[in-house]
Amino acid sequence: MLRLARRLWGTKGLARWILLIGIVITAIFVILAIFAPWIAPYGFAQNRVDGAKFVKLAHPSGEHWLGTNDQFYDIWSRVIWGARTALEVILLSVFFSLIVGVPLGLLSGYAGRATDKLLVFVMDALYAFPSLLLAIVMAFLLNAKVGNGVVAAALSLTVVYIPQYFRVVRNTTVSVREATFVEAARALGAGPVTIMRRYLFGNVVQSVPVIGTLNAADALGTLASLGFLGLGIQPTEASEWGYDLNRALDDAQAGTWWPALFPGLAIVLLITALTFVGEGLNESLNPALVRRRVKPARFDREDVPVLAGDEVEVPDLSGGGTR
Amino acid sequence: MTMLQKGMPKEPVIAAEDLRVWYAGPAGPVRAVDGVSFEVAKGEILGLVGESGCGKSTLGRGLLGLLPDGAARDGSLLVGGRDVLAMSPKEARRLRGGELGMIFQEPLTRLNPLMRISDHFAETLKVHEPRLSRKEIERRALEALRVVGIPPTRFRAYPHEFSGGMRQRIMIALTLVVRPAFVVADEPTTALDVLVEAQIIRNLHELRSEFDTAMLLITHNLGIVAEACDRVAVMYAGRILEIGDAREVFANPQHSYTRELLRSVISLETDGLHYIDGAPPDLVAPPSGCRFHPRCPDAMVVCAQRSPEEKVVAGTAGGGTRVACWAAERRAGVADLGPEESRPLEREAISVADEA
Amino acid sequence: MAAGGDGGDLVVELADLSVHYQLAGGALTRLFGVGARTVKAVDGVSVGLRRGEVLGVVGESGSGKTTLGRALLGLAPATAGSITYRPRSGPARVVSELRGAALRRLRTDLQMVFQDPTAALNPSMTIVEAVGDPLRIHGVAQGEERRRLVVEALERVGLAPAEQFLDKYPSDLSGGQKQRVVIARAIILGPEVLIADEPISMLDMSVRAKILELMLDLKRDLGLSYVYITHDLASAKFFCDRIAIMYLGRIVEIGPTAEIFAHPRHPYTQALLAAVPEPDPDRTVARDLPRGEIPDAAAPPLGCAFHPRCNQATPSCGWESRDLRTLLEEHWTRVHPDQYAAERAVVGDLGALDEPATTIEVGVGGADQVRAILDRIRAENPHEPLWQGVKSIEDTAAGLRLHLRGGTGPALRRAGGVEVACVLYPPDATNA
Repeated sequence: MLRLARRLWGTKGLARWILLIGIVITAIFVILAIFAPWIAPYGFAQNRVDGAKFVKLAHPSGEHWLGTNDQFYDIWSRVIWGARTALEVILLSVFFSLIVGVPLGLLSGYAGRATDKLLVFVMDALYAFPSLLLAIVMAFLLNAKVGNGVVAAALSLTVVYIPQYFRVVRNTTVSVREATFVEAARALGAGPVTIMRRYLFGNVVQSVPVIGTLNAADALGTLASLGFLGLGIQPTEASEWGYDLNRALDDAQAGTWWPALFPGLAIVLLITALTFVGEGLNESLNPALVRRRVKPARFDREDVPVLAGDEVEVPDLSGGGTR
Repeated sequence: MTMLQKGMPKEPVIAAEDLRVWYAGPAGPVRAVDGVSFEVAKGEILGLVGESGCGKSTLGRGLLGLLPDGAARDGSLLVGGRDVLAMSPKEARRLRGGELGMIFQEPLTRLNPLMRISDHFAETLKVHEPRLSRKEIERRALEALRVVGIPPTRFRAYPHEFSGGMRQRIMIALTLVVRPAFVVADEPTTALDVLVEAQIIRNLHELRSEFDTAMLLITHNLGIVAEACDRVAVMYAGRILEIGDAREVFANPQHSYTRELLRSVISLETDGLHYIDGAPPDLVAPPSGCRFHPRCPDAMVVCAQRSPEEKVVAGTAGGGTRVACWAAERRAGVADLGPEESRPLEREAISVADEA
Repeated sequence: MAAGGDGGDLVVELADLSVHYQLAGGALTRLFGVGARTVKAVDGVSVGLRRGEVLGVVGESGSGKTTLGRALLGLAPATAGSITYRPRSGPARVVSELRGAALRRLRTDLQMVFQDPTAALNPSMTIVEAVGDPLRIHGVAQGEERRRLVVEALERVGLAPAEQFLDKYPSDLSGGQKQRVVIARAIILGPEVLIADEPISMLDMSVRAKILELMLDLKRDLGLSYVYITHDLASAKFFCDRIAIMYLGRIVEIGPTAEIFAHPRHPYTQALLAAVPEPDPDRTVARDLPRGEIPDAAAPPLGCAFHPRCNQATPSCGWESRDLRTLLEEHWTRVHPDQYAAERAVVGDLGALDEPATTIEVGVGGADQVRAILDRIRAENPHEPLWQGVKSIEDTAAGLRLHLRGGTGPALRRAGGVEVACVLYPPDATNA
């Protein structure tokens, strides 16, 4: 863990700024999500206070910072509660995708032959579906069983992303499987389970954090799309930005811009932030991409001119010990 | 014919004086080559030996200018009398592949798997001798291949259709078809079996006789050097510790490191195991004075304080052996040391934790 | 059947072991199974490892020595033949027939040291985890006891004080240290046999001797038997009691080290010895090197596998079409390009000669022309053994038809103090 933190800190240049911005913005949303009950002035389905109904489509003002929408809800509260919904769904769906996709990928990569061919076939078929379509289908199917709350939405998204984890882990497993230390493990008498757990797992999951983060960004987009189409979470179950966007469309044409702008902005900001985190992580962690900024070599003599330009980017060669 | 038999010292094809090649590193510059001087005459093969991390590969690449960003060269490097380090990058680049050739350890780094061998030759010759006709290119290519023993029936084959040894020979032919004055061969036989290795070494010799090419043969295999090279330079931690006639250096090693290294080689004559304790030093902050002193059984107090200068010490063959070692210079009577300086150095015990 | 010969009980015995692989081949092969090529990595090897000895298996790449090592541990499946392990106490087990859990249990008794110490260690495991894993896998020790055994193993291989190394990762160690860890991991279960696959070839010169010395000490202290696989004759000479030379999946010569080096009998052994680079100021480059390189294991030469390169070949060594091709190509590397062009036109495409056969049709420019070329080649080197391998030549419409004497690959037979697979040493006579 410490090594990881140090690596992240060591990234320089644009990648570092991207990572930082992404982390900061995501952190803001996370705080909004966690502390929603205390930060949000009203509940997400609250359309009255002290018995008095809110004004419909009120301008942003001192009372309602971001205004109200056509369902009499306070938009600022909807945005904050929406953050909670978004993060809950994302976390759940990524979690479910991981615990299904990664072990399956590991198993498939290690077992090879028929098992592998079958699983790859299934996963490729799933992957070929347009993600939104698949999510819609899953949402329909799950509607009967699990309703249409947060969990249902998460499960709908899970299926869409399992193939990605599966693929990456399976492909890495197939190549690491041939490594000498795996053969050495076999030579020690390790059985398949031990090999997968202790020798393969730690060495094939390096890409997973990056994919997870990028998936999260994509999942949010898909969730918002589902909500926009009215197939996602109902407003009474939880606040969802996509749904709010949908409702705000008609009014936007009439010149009421605030019910559309703020949920939309929230979606864009959080997706961008998550993408930044993912790409930043990729730059920091992917050994092929890591570039360190070092001062070019200088010979300490007066007659040697100081090299123009300050730092230089060189590939990071310090991966392992030199032979 | 070697330089020995020709007698007269010749104008060197390449001469380096206090050459330094430093890399950019996070903890400061890596002093991979730190003050190296040598010369190679026409038709001469100079062997460069050392363990891993001594800087020999860097030296080879540095001579051709094949260095990553942030690296820098310093000192003087004369090729055919011209100072390479003073040239513009464009001029220096023109030398590469033309006057200065390179043979790599793994031939596949040079051979494009999608191109036929004939295309490789066409490409190389077009760059360096653009006025050659197509027929002429083919003639030169077939001639080069013939010299390394590749039959003309294989001229239009792809690299993967050849075995490892044949690929290496093709790469040698590619390098030599442009008649370079000087070739750096970086571990050309390390990846090959011993019989093929012997064939390749023989090829290099024949080529040297035919084209009079000067060569720097970089290897960690001391046996190859003894058989293949006229002179040898022993490198350690960025410096050349000893340089002289190959037979002379192997028969009478002057530097303590050379002696210990030769003793640690396991050969057919070995009857006891010897090794050198410790590991080569960090090139960012090398030891003071002589860089070998922490591991040297002959170390004296002065060895930790001052770097020894290069002096000609022994032998007469090829101008004698040059060595940078206080103990050797003291033995030969060319070192000026006080009694305090000549006392044996008390070194720290080297444990397994410091081993290579 | 085992070439263990006289004296010493055998701890591992190989009887006619073969390990064959199917090459994937092109699309046609995969679809229809047509034209699948087999690589006979190990082809009929019989040898025994005596208890307490170091048996060297020496060969170049493609000789099958690595596959042999893997097969001994059951890491490569045996296609034919058997490997039998006879422990000091307990029943003998046939390694080549064991599967699954039974095979894994065997790994407490037979272990392996690998060539690349960096690749042999799991980069995400600390040293204490890596060396302790065999104990964990076989349920031998837990917790404190396990740690104690790990410390003991590390100190035995010279990594002392062990505490310094326990929590390091492989990337923190040097090459020599990593190899010591690999050895510690191999001996921690107290095996009887250690297969060492090029254990020092990737280490620095100055450290190789240390690791070899360590292995000798361990052999003495722990009563181990070694199979030492290498291409380096020099270290094999120092380290091994007996040496087996392998070429293209077969043992071509086997005997006590001293005898092999003093009187190498097989032409391949002689060539290897002559080609070893020695840091000896008086040696020069070997003159009489065998031509060519080790052939493709998927299409081995007919008869004796070494005959295309052998400078002492006889008429019955297995001459075939590909040898004629080699001869023609060598000839053409020596002649003027115009002559090459002319002769090439007469001889035509050499592709037909790649199919191994003893009856060859060659030439498109007429029998006389082809004959003239062959005569020219023969005149260049009348001693070329191929010519004695030609039984008869007939004229055909386009060129010539040659009938070559075939031959079978010789089996190992006794010759003096060794066994050698070469027709130069007939099986019944006693040769010194």
